[in-house]
Amino acid sequence: MKTKAILTFTIVLGLITVNNKIMAQNYNFPELPYAYNALEPYIDAQTMEIHYTKHHRAYFDNFVKAAGEAKIDNLTLEDIFSRISIYSPAIRNNGGGYYNHMLFWKVMGPNTGGQPEGDLLKAIDETFGSFDKFKADFETAAKTQFGSGWAWLAVDANGKLFVSQTPNQDNPLMDVAAKRGKPVLGLDVWEHAYYLKYQNRRPEYVANFWNVVNWKKVAELYKAAVK
Amino acid sequence: MKFELPPLKYEAGDLAPQLSAETLEYHHGKHHLAYVNNLNNLLPGSPFEEATLETMIRKAEGGIFNNAAQVWNHTFYFASLSPTGKRTPSGTVAKAIDAEYGSFEGFREAFTKAATTLFGSGWAWLCMKPDGRLLITQESNAGNPIRSGLMPLMTCDVWEHAYYIDYRNRRPDYIKAFWELLDWKVIGERYDEALKK
Ligand SMILES: [Fe+2]
Ligand SMILES: [Fe+2]
Repeated sequence: MKTKAILTFTIVLGLITVNNKIMAQNYNFPELPYAYNALEPYIDAQTMEIHYTKHHRAYFDNFVKAAGEAKIDNLTLEDIFSRISIYSPAIRNNGGGYYNHMLFWKVMGPNTGGQPEGDLLKAIDETFGSFDKFKADFETAAKTQFGSGWAWLAVDANGKLFVSQTPNQDNPLMDVAAKRGKPVLGLDVWEHAYYLKYQNRRPEYVANFWNVVNWKKVAELYKAAVK
Repeated sequence: MKFELPPLKYEAGDLAPQLSAETLEYHHGKHHLAYVNNLNNLLPGSPFEEATLETMIRKAEGGIFNNAAQVWNHTFYFASLSPTGKRTPSGTVAKAIDAEYGSFEGFREAFTKAATTLFGSGWAWLCMKPDGRLLITQESNAGNPIRSGLMPLMTCDVWEHAYYIDYRNRRPDYIKAFWELLDWKVIGERYDEALKK
């Protein structure tokens, strides 16, 4: 009896190890690409720290657990999102939260702002009329998303840019999204993203976002998305 | 009809330390007020110009629904909190809770779970069904159970603005504080009123 119990225990341990390896290969929790205070004064250090170490971390941990239990942890996030409607709310909410925040950190940075250049600027001008008109569209999407959610700039299947909003942790890669495409810029408008600094003043947070957008990174994502 | 912000029946600092004066000042003085103002701006020329909040909750869509429901929900929420209330149910509502959930503890667990697991912004509710029995529901964003024919008895606001200043990401700690501020005298009166309907 005792030997059998130990043997079972060993096998279980072995499986967990193998499982962890698979997970570790597929999904990782990337380092924040800058210091917590790097986006001051527009996004405060305390918000960055809680947002990254608590909110984002919890989405990642809960997603890895849910994906493991659903035995889909061999799939990429893009695969999962493309048929998210067949999966559980835990996969949708936490997978979205994991991915959306990764993109969010990536498209911001210290000493950024300004405006895009090259092909991206050309595409923005063509689609929206001008960079300012694009900004106005994007700000409207961010301000009018009632409750928790995100505003997006994304590329559709024809390679055309569009602005959209999604509730909670949904994103344009998901088959449940009203407008589908590849996101190249995302803005978190959950209250946790701005409450410590801006409280109820979401429009101020949204307007300040332009000071920390890393357009070089957005241009890279755009280039990859239109390929 | 022009709506007004109902005053709190306590001072903003009276619910500390569970909820800070700062939280109450923003939550009531900014968020609740903004819903009132938004609604008053949306109503002129709309089909709901003379309607009650309850009618808008039942029939309206979009901005009018969102703001009308948020005015109603916040009034209902703030009225159920008190610095010196009864912290456990008694009388008819206590009996109904025992009948439905086994005990007050059983109810607390079920309601806490509803409030904790609601994803994103929204509200957890205790309602009376048309057959008189109790039901716990979750509503996203401005959602209100009146819209589906239920009678609300109690609610917990789980929008992040309700707790972020005091508890950051720790919603469960906020819900624990909510229980310490909830006045069962108010909930008991609502239950008895709902029974008559
Ligand atoms: Fe976030
Ligand atoms: Fe609220």
